[in-house]
Amino acid sequence: MDMKREYYEDIELFSSGVVLFWSAAFLVFLFTLPLWAESYYIYLLNLIMVHVILAVGLNILVGYTGQISLGHAGFFAIGAYATVFLISYFHVPFLIALPAAGLIAAFFGFLLGLPALRLEGPYLAIATLGFGLAIMHIIGRWDIFGGRMGLHAPALDLGIPKAGLSIILDSDIKMYYLILVITILMVVGAINLMKTRIGRAFVAIRDSDIAAEVMGVNLTIYKTLAFAVSAFYAGIAGGLFGFVLGFFDPFTFNLILSIIFLVMVVVGGLGSILGPIMGATLITYLQYDLLKNISEAPYVGDLLVAFSRRWLTVVGLENFGSIVLGLIMITIIIFEPLGMFGIWIRIKKYWKAWPF
Amino acid sequence: MIGQLIVEGLAIGACYGLFAIAFVIIYKTSDVINFAQGEMAMLSTFVAYHILTFYHYPFWLAFILTMVFAVLLGIVVEFAFLRPAKEPSVLGLIVITLGAEMLLMGLAGWKWGAEQKAFQFPMSFQVTHEPIKGVIINDWAIGVFVTTAILMVVLYLFFKYTRLGVAMKATQQNKNAAKIMGIRVERVFSFAWGLSSLLGAVAAMFFAARATLDPNYMMEPFLRAFAAAVLGGLMSIPGVVIGGELFGLIENFFGYMWPEWKPIVAFLVIIVVLCIRPSGLFAKHYVKKV
Repeated sequence: MDMKREYYEDIELFSSGVVLFWSAAFLVFLFTLPLWAESYYIYLLNLIMVHVILAVGLNILVGYTGQISLGHAGFFAIGAYATVFLISYFHVPFLIALPAAGLIAAFFGFLLGLPALRLEGPYLAIATLGFGLAIMHIIGRWDIFGGRMGLHAPALDLGIPKAGLSIILDSDIKMYYLILVITILMVVGAINLMKTRIGRAFVAIRDSDIAAEVMGVNLTIYKTLAFAVSAFYAGIAGGLFGFVLGFFDPFTFNLILSIIFLVMVVVGGLGSILGPIMGATLITYLQYDLLKNISEAPYVGDLLVAFSRRWLTVVGLENFGSIVLGLIMITIIIFEPLGMFGIWIRIKKYWKAWPF
Repeated sequence: MIGQLIVEGLAIGACYGLFAIAFVIIYKTSDVINFAQGEMAMLSTFVAYHILTFYHYPFWLAFILTMVFAVLLGIVVEFAFLRPAKEPSVLGLIVITLGAEMLLMGLAGWKWGAEQKAFQFPMSFQVTHEPIKGVIINDWAIGVFVTTAILMVVLYLFFKYTRLGVAMKATQQNKNAAKIMGIRVERVFSFAWGLSSLLGAVAAMFFAARATLDPNYMMEPFLRAFAAAVLGGLMSIPGVVIGGELFGLIENFFGYMWPEWKPIVAFLVIIVVLCIRPSGLFAKHYVKKV
């Protein structure tokens, strides 16, 4: 398909003028969106972008480095709590607290990466799962973090409150622009990271860690680095998530959330940047909008309510989302292991080769 | 006091061991860590709960019906979700079983709601005995010990003396060779999933009697049983039960010393064991081939 003739072509951010044009058009669309969209959809978009950051980060670990993590809700929680904690107790400005929270999460990612050096496959999945649960319990135990009662995020202040400079982002639209800029930075960062020496080392580890080691890739450094980078993304996403929701408790970050993060990456497509973005968008939309209000959906809603009343319970209809997500996970692995990105590639190939 | 802690640790440890046998059977036969194991067992326990509460059948009848349901559930999950996947990766298998977990959890929540329910179990915590002075043992613990012992013996005899048991062992050792020898490997898989689901359901009933019943209640026992299995080596059934007992003791003593940190014991044990001795305490060391 696209032949690369020299190294500089490979490291270009946009592979062709067409991609550049559509990326620019998409960005313009995103920046003008709040002018006409309803405020509820802005809130939903905020959530989607937070999950895009997380999914892109998780994909660096799962898709590019080939390590499995079922503990990303833990890093997400660390990010959320650390940001709010730094702002409320130490009065750190937001723009410093957020990266700091990311770095704290990255440090925990580094710690989790150490045992991960000796684990693989299902063992790693279980160890990270245990990590996620442990973080949830530890945070729930500490009163300074609000314990089980949860924590309210303070007002999002972009300025330096101590110096009297405060720029408070009090609406979803103002927050939207902040999150949009951060998301673009993080995604572009991930695209570029994958084109560097570090990114290529990650891919080499995924394809065969022994071969990578023979080629001179230091497994200790790069595997822990993959965990740290991925946790950094999760930490940043968590920090923003806290402000989008406004209130959170330890049980927000349960095992199911970690599974849903993994679903975003797998449904979107492993080992690509576009995939997790699509996956995060689809799954977040399903989870926070369509499936949450399934009983009010046209046609299907009434049918489901009637069905629940006859055979099951109407209260339990909120669990319908979990069933759909489970089915999506199973069918995507059975029928399209490359996820939405694989579908996209096939569509592209079909039109390129048309009419053959 | 110490005697009491030991007895309680052994009792809950036997429960973890019993549950760990369930996913060791699947792991040995088809190289899948079944993340849906807890939820399969949870759904079976809910079926038992439903029969007991709404139809008022005697417990033994409900138990038999539940076991039949559990076996069918295991076979269906394997047949519908695992078998169609062609040459799945490790991540693919994990995602499939996680998907099955979400699906089953959603189904149980839809049918029975999220509130906690009491499970009527004939062996209660209230009836206690004091065989040695200072050591109190209740009916539930006796039930766990007896059940685990019986199942261990039955499984040992099964794997040693029946054709099906030997076929399962052959499949575990080498799938292709087993196929050449005329063993229907697919049927062995179905059977392994059914058997494992049954064992899981027995253990889950004990867990439900100990706590309450809700769609999430098997999540923590699953992690702990996995820690127990890792301790025992994930490969041999007696090793896993001993691992379960050890883990029960560790957890109980740890929980006595630092009650608020009890939930993270499982995580610590998994990390420590996997870092120091990845193949477990009782299994032979295993080296990955390139």
